[in-house]
Amino acid sequence: MYQYTEFDKAFVRARAAEHRDQLERWQAGQLSDEQFRPLRLQNGWYVQRYAPMLRVAVPYGEINAAQIKVLAKIAREFDTPDAALLAEAQAAQDKIPGLAPKLTTNYGHFTTRQNVQFNWIPLSKSADVMELLATVNMHGIQTSGNCIRNTTTDELAGVAVDEVVDPRPYAELIRQWSTLHPEFAHLPRKFKIAITGATEDRAAIGWHDVGLQVIQNAAGEVGFKVLVGGGMGRTPINGVVIREFLPWQDIMNYLEAVVRVYNRWGRRDNKYKARIKILVKAEGQRYFDEVETEFREIIERDGAPHTLPQAELDRVKAGFVDPALNLPENTDEWLAQAEAALSIEAAKTPAFARWLVRNVKPHRNPQLRAVSLSFKRPGYAPGDATAEQLDAAAALVEKYSAGEARVSHTQNLLLPWVRLDQLHALWLEAKALGVAQPNIGLLTDMIACPGGDYCALANARSIPTASAITERYQDLDELEDLGHIDFHISGCINSCGHHHSGHIGILGVDKDGKEWYQVTLGGSDGKDLSGAATPGKVVGPSFSSFEVPDVIEAILDTYKQLRVATANGKQEAFIETLHRVGHDPFKAAANAARHPAADAETV
Amino acid sequence: MKIITAQEHQTASKTGVLELANDVDPRTLDLSGISRIDLQFPAFTDGRAYSQAFLLRRRLRFAGELRATGDVLIDQLVQMKRTGFNVAVLAEGVDASAAQRQLDRYAGFYQGSAVETKPHFAQVA
Repeated sequence: MYQYTEFDKAFVRARAAEHRDQLERWQAGQLSDEQFRPLRLQNGWYVQRYAPMLRVAVPYGEINAAQIKVLAKIAREFDTPDAALLAEAQAAQDKIPGLAPKLTTNYGHFTTRQNVQFNWIPLSKSADVMELLATVNMHGIQTSGNCIRNTTTDELAGVAVDEVVDPRPYAELIRQWSTLHPEFAHLPRKFKIAITGATEDRAAIGWHDVGLQVIQNAAGEVGFKVLVGGGMGRTPINGVVIREFLPWQDIMNYLEAVVRVYNRWGRRDNKYKARIKILVKAEGQRYFDEVETEFREIIERDGAPHTLPQAELDRVKAGFVDPALNLPENTDEWLAQAEAALSIEAAKTPAFARWLVRNVKPHRNPQLRAVSLSFKRPGYAPGDATAEQLDAAAALVEKYSAGEARVSHTQNLLLPWVRLDQLHALWLEAKALGVAQPNIGLLTDMIACPGGDYCALANARSIPTASAITERYQDLDELEDLGHIDFHISGCINSCGHHHSGHIGILGVDKDGKEWYQVTLGGSDGKDLSGAATPGKVVGPSFSSFEVPDVIEAILDTYKQLRVATANGKQEAFIETLHRVGHDPFKAAANAARHPAADAETV
Repeated sequence: MKIITAQEHQTASKTGVLELANDVDPRTLDLSGISRIDLQFPAFTDGRAYSQAFLLRRRLRFAGELRATGDVLIDQLVQMKRTGFNVAVLAEGVDASAAQRQLDRYAGFYQGSAVETKPHFAQVA
């Protein structure tokens, strides 16, 4: 991964010192709450329902073992509320009707935008935490606030078999360009960039303010297809192509034009209409023309200051060469032997065989595989890892993946450099650690936000629904039979749980102070199986929390009745059946699963 | 970056001064005879004036004074300086004593700006 230079390191340390300065001025009354708030947000510090929340940036999801160990230390030593606060919070949560897991402490939480969050660190300790993070080049820069957020990418970036160009050097260059950009710290609203370099979109680029696909043109030159104006929230919109091919050298100049026009024109009177998607929709071609004009002026009048020289690209690319793995010579014989050994183990151990199918992805180096550790298991909120699990995961990353891992969009940890002949040993250790559930891509590998257990914005809780579905679908044969399903849960319309892009999406809503849930079907994040990015459609009036698991079951039963075999003899996936037969039978089944009014709220 | 008080700002001469609203495109202006342009921060979280300053200083090569007015706090001074402001009128009641250390904090930045036009990578090379 990219190696921080002395400049990069000093920058992160300076940022930590700046946060301490701001914290101390706030504590001394020199900064008001209103003045401190946007400053702390731009370092990742929210104040949530019961306590502050820290969002640590993991640029494009790439993280090393030493960094994971520091996250473990933070979980262990800082993510601890005092007993009275925790008791008070739990008592307040207990008043909400319905079964729910207890609040948990001392966890790191992997987010769907490839970051890591903590829920209980007191603000008074925040400067200590930022300094600790800085020791491993980590920070919370621009993980919140109305600025350019962490750039996200494909979890398989750099190792995917369908990759055309490795997007990571460009993601790193965008990180640098966007970090403390003086002009864009107070945009109308947050601004998210996603980038992929593969033919399949695993980075949901159509759902971002700017989506970038690194491509090669007919002449073999590298450039970007640029999408603009995607976003979730209460008005889900998919990005539209503003440039079919932008030469790679121009990416920063072009982004500068895109964001400058947005900064000048974006609405600031209504925060629900302030995202760039609203501007692009309202202005259409006029916005595009203005961006192109601005880009031309940056090139012609400003002298194209951010044009990337080959030398700078090469410098950054050097950080992304494959790690030294001391691999044996890559011969057909070695591969055949390693594969035969795997087959023998798989035949002996069905659980290992399942894991190979579900959690292990091919790699562009045939001697290697990319392996997902599943942080989706009973007893834990999706994406949660305890301090001990983080430490143990760091050890696995060190031992089996050249010290490097990825935080995935689906809130798991991916090990991108695992040797074929070490898969079985890794599986044994992952299993002992409880992160070898063979459920990657299946129903229980759901995306869920922290919801109303922690988040101040949430209208309803997400974790109890996630937990109910996880408990109900523990039979691996049944899960496997249901096949690939993107199941996404958001506790409010801000859509941190990406419910819009779920094949099945759940949205928490608040009616008369009670928790209700809208169910949507047919959303897509843009991956091949799901088709072009699109929001799901609501099945009907919202359901009570008691009804949701039965509604999901009814929808899945309908799928089982209606599915057919596809041309290649495989069973149709849920989303394929939905596309073929339409929403009506699913809607009917969902609505028929409502409980009688009397027990909808009281079961 | 010169920091002045609201009082100094109010008593200064208005000759050759242009007060620019946030929604005006600086490129539409006739700047002849203008020696100072006052840009507005209706709230410190409203960043439109940063883009206006950049366009004035960098694109239009305006050589006069660019003055930040309105909700101007010390934690935004670095951004102001980098986008081309050279004078800031601190909002009423803001303590200026911690301002200088904010301006001195970072040894450098990644991007080029209105003032230091080369990005970090071009300076190193």
